[in-house]
Amino acid sequence: MQPPSPDSRGAAIRFDHAGAAVLAGEGNHDKVRNGEEGGSLRWLLRDVNGRVEPGQCVAIIGPSGSGKSTLLSLCNLLRTPSAGHVFVDEVEVRAWRPSELRRRVAMVFQQPVMLPGTVRDNIEAAPRLHGLPLPDARELLERVGLFASMAEQPADGLSGGQRQRVALARALAQRPAALLLDEVTSALDADGVRTVEAAILAWRRETGGTVMWVTHDLVQARRVSHVTWVVLEGRIAAQGETEKVFASPPSEAVRAFLAGAQRPGQGEDTP
Amino acid sequence: MSLVTLAWTVAFIVIAMVISLWQKLNLERDLAISAIRCAVQLLVVGYILKVVFGLSRWPFTTLMVMLMWSVAVWNASRRGRAVPGAWWKVACGIGLTEVVTQGLLLGLRIVPATPQYVIPISGMIIGNAMVVAGLLLDRLQAQARAQRDEIRTWLALGARPTQAGRGVLRAAVRASLIPTIDSTKTTGLVQLPGMMTGQIIAGADPIQAVRYQVLILFTLLAAAAITAMTVGLLSYTSLFNAYEQLRFDVELHR
Repeated sequence: MQPPSPDSRGAAIRFDHAGAAVLAGEGNHDKVRNGEEGGSLRWLLRDVNGRVEPGQCVAIIGPSGSGKSTLLSLCNLLRTPSAGHVFVDEVEVRAWRPSELRRRVAMVFQQPVMLPGTVRDNIEAAPRLHGLPLPDARELLERVGLFASMAEQPADGLSGGQRQRVALARALAQRPAALLLDEVTSALDADGVRTVEAAILAWRRETGGTVMWVTHDLVQARRVSHVTWVVLEGRIAAQGETEKVFASPPSEAVRAFLAGAQRPGQGEDTP
Repeated sequence: MSLVTLAWTVAFIVIAMVISLWQKLNLERDLAISAIRCAVQLLVVGYILKVVFGLSRWPFTTLMVMLMWSVAVWNASRRGRAVPGAWWKVACGIGLTEVVTQGLLLGLRIVPATPQYVIPISGMIIGNAMVVAGLLLDRLQAQARAQRDEIRTWLALGARPTQAGRGVLRAAVRASLIPTIDSTKTTGLVQLPGMMTGQIIAGADPIQAVRYQVLILFTLLAAAAITAMTVGLLSYTSLFNAYEQLRFDVELHR
């Protein structure tokens, strides 16, 4: 087990009319947004409002390209909000020291990149950056369903599924208050999915940490989350207790998405 | 060499222009301009050097070196469009290089402190530093692009720009030093360096010429290392913005 972390309480994440845009053509993003320069923006995400309570597990579902991953990257300032605000523990993300925000709010990418060195080097990367006591890499590997002996292997030889598990272990090693998960089980078999889900939910129970979990697997969303947000075309189309959202979708568009995505082979974000 | 003999060398330019016309390379204009510029620049410098050497006064020598430095800074910093404040960073790098290497050469009395030595050696040091600085800025941006996923991973783990950019800095410094190291390695085997050739043609003892050439090559190695490290250290964190995001990642916003 991880030693108790000094800030084990989960983070609160709040969106206030938050949006994210990309440039549709040439120009300077900030100047175009502020109207100082001509040009147009294409909005990936518009007018997002909502609150993720400490310790909550929120599933974020929606078709490919609807803005789910963008929503996550606003929470750790890998992307700056183009409109509105995002607050972590009631401090606007731009007011945080970015490195400290990203230490507290960990992110696991869908196709994780392994850092040079061994698996152990990867797991110890964040604790070394932040001067935290080094975690037990072997124990973390076992938690995510890998062999402890893998710690000394070079990280660049791993399969896609192994990378996803190591990336999760690497994120847990930074002792976050929140986890941003982007399709973290997409390269795993059924057995692997169960192990990784269990590891994440156990982490949440032990530390009281917050989870924002992007997934295309609606069954997984129902299995793991308290609350579900449905993102359609860059807007939050539904938001509420998971069972309520699935039982009574608030609109025809949401109902159609939930019905369509549940048929096999549809609505999947296969990379 | 007389001016008449020199005039005959125009034949070489004509050869190049004929090839350009024949193969429709469309380089005649560039060839003519570069030939004229080269001749005029060198002739002017030759006469200036004659005056400066004759006066043998420090202010003139310093002025010459400053001029070389300014042109080198202007030229190299054009490579760093994506690096804010590239020009002053390059100015610091090349300036420091000149001060340290020239300081050692003069301080240890390796060469005499006369314009005949200081100006040409400065020219070689600053010229080499200019190439290295330009290469470094170019590599820094290219490496950051190539390693953007790894850099983003470091950032997501909470790395500061100094930590997330360290790999890029190391790769760029390495890449910018390789040409200098390689040319030092093969010198004498592939080509005889210009200064040595010049001295030998002018009638100097080859052994004496070789000694000076070794001195220059070693100086240039140190110069390249100092320039690359200085410009690299000053520039690599400016690949990131105030929110510690990769600058071009934000501009492109994928």
